[in-house]
Amino acid sequence: MRKFGDKILKSYSVFVLAFLYMPIFSMVVFSFNDSRLTAAWRGFTVRWYIELFNGSDIWTAFYNTIFVALVVTAVSVILGTATALAMSRYNFRGKSTLDGYLYIPIIIPEITEALSLLLLYVWAGVPLGLMTIVLGHLTFAIPFAALVIRSRMAGFDRSVEEAAQSLGANEIHTFLRVTLPIISPGVIAGALLAFTQSYDDFIKTAFTRGPGVDMLPTTIYNLARRGGVSPELNALATIALSVSIVMAILWQKFSSSK
Amino acid sequence: MLLIVPTLVFLGVFFAFPFLITVQYSIGVTDQFNRLIAGGFTISNFVSAFEGLYFNIFLRSLWIALATTVLCLVLGYPAAYWIGVKSGKMKNLAMLLVIIPFWSSFLIRTYAMMSLLYRGGVINQILLQMNLIREPLDLLYNPFSVMLGMVYNYLPYMILPLYASTEKLDLSLLEAAQSLGANHVKAFLKVTLPLTRPGILAGSILVFVPAVGEFVVPQLLGGTTSVMVGQLIWNQFQSYTGSWTFGSAVSILVVALVLGLMTLFLRYVTKGEAFTI
Repeated sequence: MRKFGDKILKSYSVFVLAFLYMPIFSMVVFSFNDSRLTAAWRGFTVRWYIELFNGSDIWTAFYNTIFVALVVTAVSVILGTATALAMSRYNFRGKSTLDGYLYIPIIIPEITEALSLLLLYVWAGVPLGLMTIVLGHLTFAIPFAALVIRSRMAGFDRSVEEAAQSLGANEIHTFLRVTLPIISPGVIAGALLAFTQSYDDFIKTAFTRGPGVDMLPTTIYNLARRGGVSPELNALATIALSVSIVMAILWQKFSSSK
Repeated sequence: MLLIVPTLVFLGVFFAFPFLITVQYSIGVTDQFNRLIAGGFTISNFVSAFEGLYFNIFLRSLWIALATTVLCLVLGYPAAYWIGVKSGKMKNLAMLLVIIPFWSSFLIRTYAMMSLLYRGGVINQILLQMNLIREPLDLLYNPFSVMLGMVYNYLPYMILPLYASTEKLDLSLLEAAQSLGANHVKAFLKVTLPLTRPGILAGSILVFVPAVGEFVVPQLLGGTTSVMVGQLIWNQFQSYTGSWTFGSAVSILVVALVLGLMTLFLRYVTKGEAFTI
């Protein structure tokens, strides 16, 4: 009876996992299908990929998206590490309140944040461009990085830092030689998360990019909205997705080795 | 201590302050180019947000978010239990399979759902091949495709926090309950469910709150009958005829609603731990 129940549970779970992959699988397979109109298989081809990259817009969109994600990652790792250090080391008034507030930018419906940023930029007269996108992404990337880094810092033994300092290392030296190597898995995890959050973001990107600034998600959205399903878009979305998959695999590597 | 100042200043300027501007817009008066007119004040935007059509959009968003949360919980719980407790050697693989969609963009996964459901998509092709239908079915642009897309997108956000709880389950407690005479159902209700409560609560928040304001799913998969509040806001800002003041008012209402519900909810959640990603 028990074995039987376990088998049902297992088949059910496999079914749920399959559900998560059916649409993705269909999209990837048919990005290689030699047919424009339907998903009926007409043979293997890579021509949709070639046609895709003949357009220069796609390259620009890729370049912009990666550039924004890298800047967002760099800044959120630095500020996120600083925040995580402060929060895991010191007790101060309002700490638990602050802890709660850090979650708000992560969890709140993104569109409400996106439009308020647009209003900020209009109010301040800032021209929209790549930098306004970066600033927008940072409001969720910094809290994400801080929370991940802090959760990996739990159990950090401060006596090694004290040992380094009593042996004559100054604070900067101690941080670079002792603290950073110990917390680096958390910092890497925070960086991966910040990068992916920025790379995937559509709503804030759409509100804070200037006219004519092509980003990968906005390009995908516009194509899907105007032309519906197409083999070129299957190809583009497959490439975009493969970056996220690599990130997810790296994340699992770093989070399971804690 | 000083280490935290840059983050606080940044979030103050780029997160908190913009909401004050949004509040100002929501009660302000603008010219035809959506520029605020000095000294203007009105509550008409909030009033119209509660009128028939718009109020229905609000209710529908809440309803869809609630249904998504419940469906994700019911569908995801057994899978999270299996991964956390019973998957054995397959655990890492199963986890990776949940993490990948968690890390991929909603936009791409929603598009993938389009590619599955559209008239030329795989489902229609299979049904045609099997001669079950003669014409492709219109599976897209209806309330069903929206719900499907919502559950599909949000399911990993439910499974991951649930897994964090099921993984920590102490199985000897279950055995103890059963050896003391509890049947499977009773042991589940009295032992497993209370122990996984933090995961259930965290998962529900992670799904419900963003789902209320969801834009991409109803926009790409929905028809005109399942418009959600995210689209209402989007249209105010992304079309030439939109009103920024009305969009701001709707947005303020969404934020107030979400924060209110969350405050009520958080009283029951163990601090921090339940949210660990």
